[in-house]
Amino acid sequence: MKNCEYQQIDPRALSVTPLSAQNLGEKKAQSPRRKWEVFPGKNRFFCDGRLILSRQSGVLPLTMGLIVVTCGLFFTFDCPFLVKHLTVFIPVIGGVLFVFVVISLLRTSFTDPGILPRATPDEAADIERQIDTSGSSTYRPPPRTKEILINQQVVKLKYCFTCKMFRPPRTSHCSLCDNCVERFDHHCPWVGNCVGKRNYRFFYSFIISLSFLTSFIFGCVITHITLRSQEGKSLVQAIQESPARYPLCLVICFFSIWSILGLSGFHTYLVASNLTTNEDIKGSWSSKRGAEESENPYTYNSIITNCCVTLCGPMPPSLIDRRGFLPPDEPIPAASASDIELPPFRAKNDANMCTQSTKDVLERVVHSSDFPVLCSPGTPKTTPQVLNVSSRPALTTEPSPSVGCTQQQARQPAATACPPFSRSNKRDSLHSINPAFRLASPSPTLSRTTLILGDAPDTGFNPLH
Amino acid sequence: MATEFHNLQELRHSPSLVTKVFIQRDYSEGTVCRFQTKFPSELDNRIERTLLEETVKTLNSYYAEAEKIGGQSYLEGCLACATAYIIFLCMETRYEKVLRKISGFIQEQNEKIYAPRGLLLTDPIERGMRVLEISVFEDRGSGGSSPSSTMSSGSSAR
Repeated sequence: MKNCEYQQIDPRALSVTPLSAQNLGEKKAQSPRRKWEVFPGKNRFFCDGRLILSRQSGVLPLTMGLIVVTCGLFFTFDCPFLVKHLTVFIPVIGGVLFVFVVISLLRTSFTDPGILPRATPDEAADIERQIDTSGSSTYRPPPRTKEILINQQVVKLKYCFTCKMFRPPRTSHCSLCDNCVERFDHHCPWVGNCVGKRNYRFFYSFIISLSFLTSFIFGCVITHITLRSQEGKSLVQAIQESPARYPLCLVICFFSIWSILGLSGFHTYLVASNLTTNEDIKGSWSSKRGAEESENPYTYNSIITNCCVTLCGPMPPSLIDRRGFLPPDEPIPAASASDIELPPFRAKNDANMCTQSTKDVLERVVHSSDFPVLCSPGTPKTTPQVLNVSSRPALTTEPSPSVGCTQQQARQPAATACPPFSRSNKRDSLHSINPAFRLASPSPTLSRTTLILGDAPDTGFNPLH
Repeated sequence: MATEFHNLQELRHSPSLVTKVFIQRDYSEGTVCRFQTKFPSELDNRIERTLLEETVKTLNSYYAEAEKIGGQSYLEGCLACATAYIIFLCMETRYEKVLRKISGFIQEQNEKIYAPRGLLLTDPIERGMRVLEISVFEDRGSGGSSPSSTMSSGSSAR
C-alpha cells in the first residue's frame, strides 16, 4: 500500500535534498525550455522553434540546388541573348517566377503542416475508459476504430497508438515524421516535410509556379537555340557555339517539365474534387468499394468552391505551440520513488491548475489575466538559449543521475502518452522523492491537495499498461 | 520529519479529488471545429445542463466564425497568394483574432460560472482542438460528496 511506501523514504533521497534544491535553483536561474525542445515527433526546429522541418529532410537541398542552378544558368547565358533579340521582360518574368518558387518552397518546407499534438495522459486514459466500458466503439478488438457519420456518410476513425487518440477525419499518421497530421496529403521528400492542412496551399503554389518556371525556361532556351541557328548556322553548330552548359539546362528542364506538369495536373484534380493524395491512393471514396456507393463527404460539389476552400480558405493556426515555454516544474507529492505514481504527476505538471485547491483556482482566475494559458507560463525569462538544435534531442533523453530516474526510464515505454511538453523527468523524480522539499513550498494547501491527487489518477493508467 | 510524514499520511485520506471530463469533437458536419453538446454524466450534480450547453454552443459559433468561408476569407487568401504568403508574417489572420476572442470568452466563463462551481475549462487550443477539457475540483470542505466512479474504483483497486 502506498502508506508503507510513503514511510519508506529513501535516505538517499533525503541526502539529495540540498542538491535538488540547488539544482532547482540553478534551473530556475537558467532559461525555461521551450516546447519545441521536447517535441516527441521526428522533426527538426530552427530559429528557436519558428521553423519546423522533418528530420528526414530528404532531398530538399537537391531541390533548392536544381532550381538555383537552372535559373542561374538561364540568367547567365540565355537572358543576355534574349534581351538583345527579344524583350527585356524575359529576365523580369523569370525573376518573378524564381522568387515565387523559392518563397513557396521555403514556406512549404518550414511550415507546420498541421501536426496534432499527442494526447495528454488524462485524455488517453479517458478514451481507454470509454472504449473498455462502452464496447460499442469497436466491434472487434484491435485495431480500434470508431464509426461516425459525416454528411450521411459512414467514416471510420482509427485509433492512433502512437498519439493515443482517435484520429480526426482526414488525419493520418506520418511514419517518417512520427506525427499525426491533419488533412494529410503525403510526405514529400523533395520538400523535406509532410504536406497537410496548413501547408497544402504553399505546396500547390510551389508546384504550379515551378511548372510555369520550368516551362518558361524551357521555352526560352529553345527560342535561344532556334534564334542562333537561324543566324545562318546549323542547329548543331548553334549548340556547340553556345556554352557547354546548355545541354544541362535543357535536360533538367525537359525531364522536370513532365514530372512537374504531371504533378500539377494531378493536384489540380485533387483540389477541384477536395481530395487528398492519401485518400485518392487508398481509394477511400471510390465508388468501386464493394456494393456501397461511397461519396466524398467533404466535397462541396462545385469545382470552384472546392478550389476556393482548399486554397483560399482561412489559415488554421499551428496546434503544437512550438515556442511556448514548458510549465515550471512543480513539486510532486509522491513520497516514494515508486514509478507508479510518477506518470500521473507528470500529467499534473502539464496542467498546473490541478495542483491547486479550488480557492487558489478562483484567486488565480480573478487575478491572473493569462490564466487560460496553462501550459505555457507567460513569463518569458530572458536568459539566452544557446543550446544547439541538433544536440537538443539527445539532451532530452539523457538519463539523469537522480534516484528515481532509473524507474522513470523504465516507465518511458509504457507511458508514451506522456505529454510532450513536460518531459522534465529528472526534475519530477527529484521532487517526487523529497517530501521535505514539498513542505517547504509556500502554501500548505498546495502541498495537501497535491498529495491527495497522488491517489486519484492511478486508475486511469492501469489500462495503459 | 516524522511529524511531516504523519500529517501527509493523514491528508491522504481527505476526500478532495480531481478528475477531468472531456467533451469530444463533433464531426457530423465534416472537419470543421465543433464540440459535442451532449452533456457528460459526470457533471450532472456540478453544473446545470443549460449553462454548459450554452458555453459549448457559443464556442461552436466562434469556431464557425473563424472557419467561415466567405468574402473575407477569400480576400485574405488571395491577398496572401499574391504576396507570396509573406503577408502572413506581418498580419494576424482572422482565425487568430477569433482564437483570442475565444480565450477571453473562456476566461470570463471560468470566472463567472465554472470556478464558483469548482470546475475549470481549458481552452481547446491547448489540447490541439481535440477536446474541451473540464477539470473537476472537489472542495475539501464539502468532503466526500459524490466522488466520481473512476476515483472510487481506483481507491478500491488499491
